[in-house]
Amino acid sequence: MEITPSENNSVMDEALRSELSKQGVFTTSLQELYNWGRKNSLWPLQFGLACCAIEMIAASMARFDISRFGAEVFRPSPRQADLMIVAGTVTKKMAPQVVRLYNQMPEPKYVIAMGACAISGGPFKQGYNVLKGIDRFLPVDVHIPGCPPRPEALLDALMALQKKIEQQSLTGVTRPRHLTEDARSEFPIPEFGEHDLVPSKNPELWFPPTPMKKP
Amino acid sequence: MQSLEQIKVRIEQAVPGACVVIVANDALPTQSSLLLDHRHAVDVARFLRDDPELCFDYASNVTGVDRPESIIKEKVRVKKMVDGAECLIEEVSERKTRAYLEAVYHLYSMKLKHGPLIIRLQTENREEKTHLPSLTPVWRSCEFQEREAFDLFGILFDGHPDLRRILMWDGFKDFPMRKDYVDPDDYEYEPTPHDEVLERAKQHYKPEVQS
Repeated sequence: MEITPSENNSVMDEALRSELSKQGVFTTSLQELYNWGRKNSLWPLQFGLACCAIEMIAASMARFDISRFGAEVFRPSPRQADLMIVAGTVTKKMAPQVVRLYNQMPEPKYVIAMGACAISGGPFKQGYNVLKGIDRFLPVDVHIPGCPPRPEALLDALMALQKKIEQQSLTGVTRPRHLTEDARSEFPIPEFGEHDLVPSKNPELWFPPTPMKKP
Repeated sequence: MQSLEQIKVRIEQAVPGACVVIVANDALPTQSSLLLDHRHAVDVARFLRDDPELCFDYASNVTGVDRPESIIKEKVRVKKMVDGAECLIEEVSERKTRAYLEAVYHLYSMKLKHGPLIIRLQTENREEKTHLPSLTPVWRSCEFQEREAFDLFGILFDGHPDLRRILMWDGFKDFPMRKDYVDPDDYEYEPTPHDEVLERAKQHYKPEVQS
């Protein structure tokens, strides 16, 4: 995410600050404190859709230990969760429920699309029953490729999300969505149609990729 | 296990009027199968289950098969008189196959440890007469698999206790495993398309993707 400095934050001189910290005086800003708190207590929603969920479970266990990043509190209710890890194949039959779960999460909320299926449909892309990526309906913050991604990849994605949160300024145009008053936090839930989901994608959110030019 | 011929004879003795055809299989596993008629299928199935020597108490698998109409070309060499001399001429004969849907059941016996016995049921055509007798009253394990065959192929099983779609949603109108199913056109760009995907890529992104 691009950071544009605004007038309101980081008024303190960096040199002065490092000098103070050497003397045992800790200084911070409200923004840093706020972001620090947000990024170190990302509570994921406890749900898995396919084999990627097994890797997500492995990441939460002692060997990989996602609790080192403050994200070990898997919540069984969307009302208590901050982070949706879409771990696995999203079938068209499941997609409305995934979007509904996202809508029920309180702001601020984030989405990690984990694995080839969740980001593009993966090996089932040409099939009739699999959604070609959850980013057709949800705003995805971090995509993890892999089939399935190893737990380290999930931890890397979590760190990438933490960096993204850390760099958000609380004011200005780049402020997070939940601090913008008129930003929507719910996204339309697709309906089951006669041949496909209706609509098959959220046109405000997802745009078809443009072809790469040959070198 | 008795041979298919023996089983066929015993079925015809036990169920009067039953029409059983042995469908040969030329492929490597050479598992031939029995084609049953609709009217007596349930009686035959019950006989296969209850007969003490056969005792097929377990239906492990129910599959739908779609057989659309196809034209088979065969080359036949015919002797003909051409200009007073006899010579061999190749003639190509074409024949159309019947279009139908098929349900295939694989039966095993847990008690006598033999199997599989494969039985088939064929519908009259693919469009409106797609009814078959359900074997769920005989083998309970057929219930979900017959629902799946209904869901994906559109075979209507008469006598099924709860024939609904099982994988796709209830409002879905198509039968996706049929050969002539056209899936919704939501192609998106891929860097290395091939085969059918390449055809779609050409339709969607005309000049760019050609290789």
